[in-house]
Amino acid sequence: MSGKNQQSSSSLALIGGRLATSGEAVTVVIRDGRIESLGQPDVGHTTDQQIDVSGCLISPGFVDLCCNLREPGNGQKGNIASESRAAARGGFTTLCASPETSPVNDSGAVTNLILDVAAKKSKVRILPIGAITRGLEGELLSDMSGLAGAGCVAMGNGSRPVRNARVLRRCMAYAQTFGLTVMFAPENQALAADGYAHDGSVAARLGLLGVPEVAETAAVMEMLLLAEETGARLHLSQLSCGRSVDMLREARGRGISVTADVAMHQLLFTENALSGFDSRFHVRPPLRSEHDRQALVAGVQDGTIDAVTSQHQPHDSAAKQAPLAATEPGLSTVETTLSMGLKLVDRGELTLPRLVHSLTVGPASVIQRNAVIKQGVPADLCVFDPDGSWSPSDDTLLSAGRHHPFPHQSLPGVVRLTLCNGETAWTSEQS
Amino acid sequence: MTQMPEVEQLLDRMEQGLRDILEQRGISDPAVIGIRTGGVWLAERLSQRLGLSTPLGELDISFYRDDFSRIGLNPRVKPSSLPFDTEGRDIVLIDDVLMSGRTIRAAMNEIFDYGRPGSIILATLVDLGARELPIQPDIAGQVLSLPSSQRVKLRGPEPLRIELRETGE
Amino acid sequence: MTAQGPVTKSLQLTEEGQLRHFLTLDGLDRALLTDILDTADSFIEVGERSIKKVPLLRGRTVVNLFFESSTRTRSTFELAAKRLSADVLNLDINTSATSKGESLSDTLLNLEAMASDMFIVRHSQSGAPHFIAESVTPGVAIINAGDGRHAHPTQAMLDMLTIRQHKGRFEGLKVAIVGDVLHSRVARSQIRALQELGVSEVRVIAPATLLPSDVESLGCKVEYDMTRGMKDLDVVIMLRLQKERMEGALLPSEREFYRLYGLNREKLALADPECIVMHPGPINRGVEIESAVADGPQSVILDQVTNGIAIRMAVMSMAMGGQMADRNRQLAERKSQ
Repeated sequence: MSGKNQQSSSSLALIGGRLATSGEAVTVVIRDGRIESLGQPDVGHTTDQQIDVSGCLISPGFVDLCCNLREPGNGQKGNIASESRAAARGGFTTLCASPETSPVNDSGAVTNLILDVAAKKSKVRILPIGAITRGLEGELLSDMSGLAGAGCVAMGNGSRPVRNARVLRRCMAYAQTFGLTVMFAPENQALAADGYAHDGSVAARLGLLGVPEVAETAAVMEMLLLAEETGARLHLSQLSCGRSVDMLREARGRGISVTADVAMHQLLFTENALSGFDSRFHVRPPLRSEHDRQALVAGVQDGTIDAVTSQHQPHDSAAKQAPLAATEPGLSTVETTLSMGLKLVDRGELTLPRLVHSLTVGPASVIQRNAVIKQGVPADLCVFDPDGSWSPSDDTLLSAGRHHPFPHQSLPGVVRLTLCNGETAWTSEQS
Repeated sequence: MTQMPEVEQLLDRMEQGLRDILEQRGISDPAVIGIRTGGVWLAERLSQRLGLSTPLGELDISFYRDDFSRIGLNPRVKPSSLPFDTEGRDIVLIDDVLMSGRTIRAAMNEIFDYGRPGSIILATLVDLGARELPIQPDIAGQVLSLPSSQRVKLRGPEPLRIELRETGE
Repeated sequence: MTAQGPVTKSLQLTEEGQLRHFLTLDGLDRALLTDILDTADSFIEVGERSIKKVPLLRGRTVVNLFFESSTRTRSTFELAAKRLSADVLNLDINTSATSKGESLSDTLLNLEAMASDMFIVRHSQSGAPHFIAESVTPGVAIINAGDGRHAHPTQAMLDMLTIRQHKGRFEGLKVAIVGDVLHSRVARSQIRALQELGVSEVRVIAPATLLPSDVESLGCKVEYDMTRGMKDLDVVIMLRLQKERMEGALLPSEREFYRLYGLNREKLALADPECIVMHPGPINRGVEIESAVADGPQSVILDQVTNGIAIRMAVMSMAMGGQMADRNRQLAERKSQ
């Protein structure tokens, strides 16, 4: 690749690549941040810059519905600059920033702060999710209309459950008034209690405190019924149970307006990852059984689950350096999400078009956006080499969180170039 | 190749030596302790030959070995058994092969943890020299001098025979 | 059965298969468990001498690191360490550093600076000794003295020693564990040890609220009805019931529990006439067990206490020996390079 003068280029041609979804060979011409044309590979172009992307697949930039950027916050676990750079390396061009910041994003002022910092420090698009209850406490409604006005694209409660069904019902009804999407991670707090692992065979053997599946499925059922009644546009985030996928499929069949996502690591790992008390795999919701994993993959493949997220949760090393129960949940995944997905494709569990869909069109539609490669749209692109490989390590990862799932392993798929609005957000030549 | 001596002949010599020394010291009822495993086989035979009535003591010195810090605990350790009071007792300690003297040091330490004996007589089937500690046998069936590449080992329990082994060093 | 976790195996064993930490019975095979029992037998003999001490750990420092207080367990470890001639330091951490906000990692760094050779760890969280074994410098042995609901491997092994003394074998035995299996680290280790040593059946007898969700995956048979569960038993192990269980809506009352799951003479009569009765202690008389049974001819509860010291001497000396052998091997390798 020859990629000089990226900032000042006003026109650019990507030559020799193929579209990720169709496999069609194409030359993409970008001018002033937008896709000007999708041409035949052999047609000559007069652009300021031409990049040879032979062997690579070109996809719309990935959209992450669940990413923790840790800003505002104390900075130990990362910030918008570090995590957005990591995300760009992972091929993401749009990040929905979790409201679980410190302070919580429950006011237009915090939203503005995030957007200001993002404008200065981030080369990818950052779309905040507003806190649906004040302080994410699950008790008082936040100023949803004001948050939306400041730029929040949906309202959610992060990973924190809303304990009270009456509050949940009112959250949905109020959000519905303004046509806002509500995002909830379904968890019945009384049933989850102090658990931190799937209530299955590994928890039985290691004596871990279990989160039963019914802690999720009971909450899914409650939310589906409340969404049906209030007419709210519900998005269930971070599913972990096979039964949840069944209920989702059934609710959709009844015409309830509901979408859902799953974290990529839920498609790859199971409760067995905790054997040996590996605190990296302390995630919330917990990694569940192989049966659940397969049902989640099937849900992504058949479109019941719209989106796959990174559920990126960077931590400082001390947060993971303790006995399992005392560690903080979450994996650092935004740089390895694509590679994890390609592993599934390699294993034949997921098709490549479905993987790409669940990272692009699927999540974009949840927040009423689009993610396509066509003439005239902003050039948000991810160019990756599916046959390339790389080894994430403490030295090479860009995220402040080093607790990624694959130490000392070679992973398939290297992101060569990430463009957001036609600007280079990441190129592998940087490293 | 060194010709290995017959065990029975050496036992004869040990028996005679023991009779002499016991008489000399005026000991009529010694307690015999064998160091596992070879020492125990020899102790059984000698105790019988001497017509002693006190039941035999068996010592497993694994808990007293000075190479614990190098190789760890012997996983085949068996309980020691001294079925008599050692306090003030005259003891005959029997081992098969005496070399560095470290086994005997460990054995004596262990015996003392059962009580303070009146005296200890050390009898060994073969004395290979090569001592690393100031320990000498009162009775040795045979003194042998071997090249450093060779070791002997007592095989048993029935029949008892001495085996020559190359250490490969 | 699910995977035993290769991580645990390599963490606990040297390349030569010697014990170097003692964290869990997962990943330890029958031969090694038998070695532990045999070694403990030899230490029982040591306990009968006039000087009940051997010099194995002379000059070594053993730290009793108890994040959860337990005078009984700590005392047996202390006595075991002293009989191995080690220097012993008792630290009750719940009253010192961590309550001041110091992290476990920092506490460990401080202790290592005192040149300790072995930590005996009790902690309220499952997996804490694993975490410590992964973080300490090589050469320091970690012995699990009970972690959360996970494991209490020395207690389970002393129970195995007691069973072997009374039954002479494991093959063909039917063993039941009665009571609060859900919260019991002892039960988890016992189930694992009994299976590895080859008993023919392990039953757990308890109401569903006191059993882990996926208890069958541990390979035991579940029995809710104790009168049915006592049939043909060779060994019955009673677990301790904590008073908190009533508050957590797991049980209605001690009285009802005792009526249904307490061991009395009538229920014991349903088992094999030679059935032995065990309890890890401390006993709640009239809650788990009737006094006449606890003190009766079939009770081996006091043997368990005696065996506890020997088992702890065995695993401490084996693990310390493994660490030292490991270090020597590495030194030799470095020299030869």
